[in-house]
Amino acid sequence: MRADPAEYEFVAPASLHAAVSLLAEQPKTWLPIAGGTDVMVQFAMGTLAARKLLSIWDLPELRGVEILPHEVAIGACCTYADLRKHEIIGREFPLVARAASWTGGIANQNRGTLGGNIVNASPAADSLPALLVYEAELILVSARGERRVAYRDFHTGYKKMGLAADELIRAVCLPQEFAGYVSYARKVGARDAQAIAKVCIAALGRIVNGAIEDVRIAVGSVAPTPIRLTETERILKGKRLDAAAVARARKMAASETRPIDDIRSTARYRAAVVSNLIGEFLERLTAGAP
Amino acid sequence: MTPNPVAKREISLIVNGEAKTVRAYPMERLLDVLRQDLGLTGTKEGCGEGECGACSVLMDGVLVDSCLIPVGQAHGASVVTIEGVAADKRFRALLEAFLVCGGAQCGICTPGMILASVHLLEKKPEPTMDEIREGLSGNLCRCTGYLQIFEAVAEGARRDVRIGSRI
Repeated sequence: MRADPAEYEFVAPASLHAAVSLLAEQPKTWLPIAGGTDVMVQFAMGTLAARKLLSIWDLPELRGVEILPHEVAIGACCTYADLRKHEIIGREFPLVARAASWTGGIANQNRGTLGGNIVNASPAADSLPALLVYEAELILVSARGERRVAYRDFHTGYKKMGLAADELIRAVCLPQEFAGYVSYARKVGARDAQAIAKVCIAALGRIVNGAIEDVRIAVGSVAPTPIRLTETERILKGKRLDAAAVARARKMAASETRPIDDIRSTARYRAAVVSNLIGEFLERLTAGAP
Repeated sequence: MTPNPVAKREISLIVNGEAKTVRAYPMERLLDVLRQDLGLTGTKEGCGEGECGACSVLMDGVLVDSCLIPVGQAHGASVVTIEGVAADKRFRALLEAFLVCGGAQCGICTPGMILASVHLLEKKPEPTMDEIREGLSGNLCRCTGYLQIFEAVAEGARRDVRIGSRI
C-alpha cells in the first residue's frame, strides 16, 4: 500500500555543509534523496523504512563535472543525462556514457544520478561495471572531512557498502589513463530502456605488438555485487588472441561468475551469456575497434 | 508511528506559465498535487513507479515522471503539463499529427507520449526514427503497438518544419 506523505519529513538544505551537519547530528535518521528514481519507488510501494528524507538534489557542490590534471571528478548528483551529454566523458570514458544511455528511459535519465546508482547498490546497476574497469575512486564527505576510497572495495556484499551513517558520496573520480584502449559494453536484457539487465558488461583492452598488454573486464547481474573478472584478465594478459586463448578466457569468465535464477533470467543462461560476451569483446579487441 | 505529524507547507511553483502556491506535504508526489490540488487531470497515473511514463511532465524544461518527484523538490520549479502543451500553439502540428496518424487509442499514455515528444523535438527538431524510438522509450502503450505513435512524432516534426511554427 502506498505510503502516507503526512508521515514523512523532508528537508532540503541549501548547502553540502548543512546536509552533512544534519547527518552528523542525527546519524541513521535521515535518508538522502537525490532524483528519487529508487527512493520514490520504495515510497510508492510502502516499503521505505526511513521516515525522514534529506534532499540533496539541488546541492550545487554535488552536480558538476570537474576536469582535473589527471582525472575527471563527476559530482555524485550528476544525472545520466548529464553524463551522456558531457563531451569529455563521452570521449574519454565512453563506457560510462553508454551505460547512462541505456539506463531507464529519458525521464529516468533526467533524474537518476551516478551517486544514487552506487548507493542503491543493485548488482544489476548499469553504470557500475564501467566504474570498475576505469578504476574509479569515490570521494566520501562528512562533517568529519573527506576520504577517498577505491570503488572496487566499496561494495562488499549484496546491498552492503563502506559508507558510514554520516557520509555522502561527493564525487566519482575517473583517472584519465585509458586513451588508446578498445572499449566494449553491452547490456543483455528484455530491452535496453527500462528493463533491468540479465547481464551487463564493460571491458577495456589494449593490444601491443600482437599481444594483450592490458585488459579489464567487469560484469553486472552475475554476483551479489558487480565484479571484475580478475582471473580471466590474468590469463589473458600478455597472450596472443588465438582460438585456444579465447576459449580458455570464455570458460574462465563463466566460472568466475556466481549468478542466480531469478525473475529476469537463470543462472545457466547468465553464465552462458557472460562467456559469449567475452568472445564478442575479444573479437572487437582483435579487430581494434575503438 | 509518527508522534508529531509532519506539517503541510507552502510550495510555490510555476505551472503552465502561471505562478501557483499550494499547501502540501513535501513528500506528496508532484503527480498528486497536479491532479488533486491544481485540477490538472490530463497527467495520468499508470504504474506509479517510473516505468510507464503516463505521468510525464516537463520540470524546468526536462522530461520527468511526476510520480517520482516529491513536491518538496518542485518548490520554485517551472512545470509544464499536457494542458500547457495543448494551449501552446507551437505544438499544434504535433497534436494534429497524433490525430491524423492514429497515435492515440485509449488515451491513457497519450499525454505522456506527447510530453516525451515535446522534450525530444525541442532538442532534435528533425529526429531520426531511432531518435524517436529512444526519446519515447520510457513511455509504454498497450494499444497501438507504438508504430502509429512514432509515425505521429515524425509527421509532427515534418509539419512543424514546413509550417515553421516552433521557436
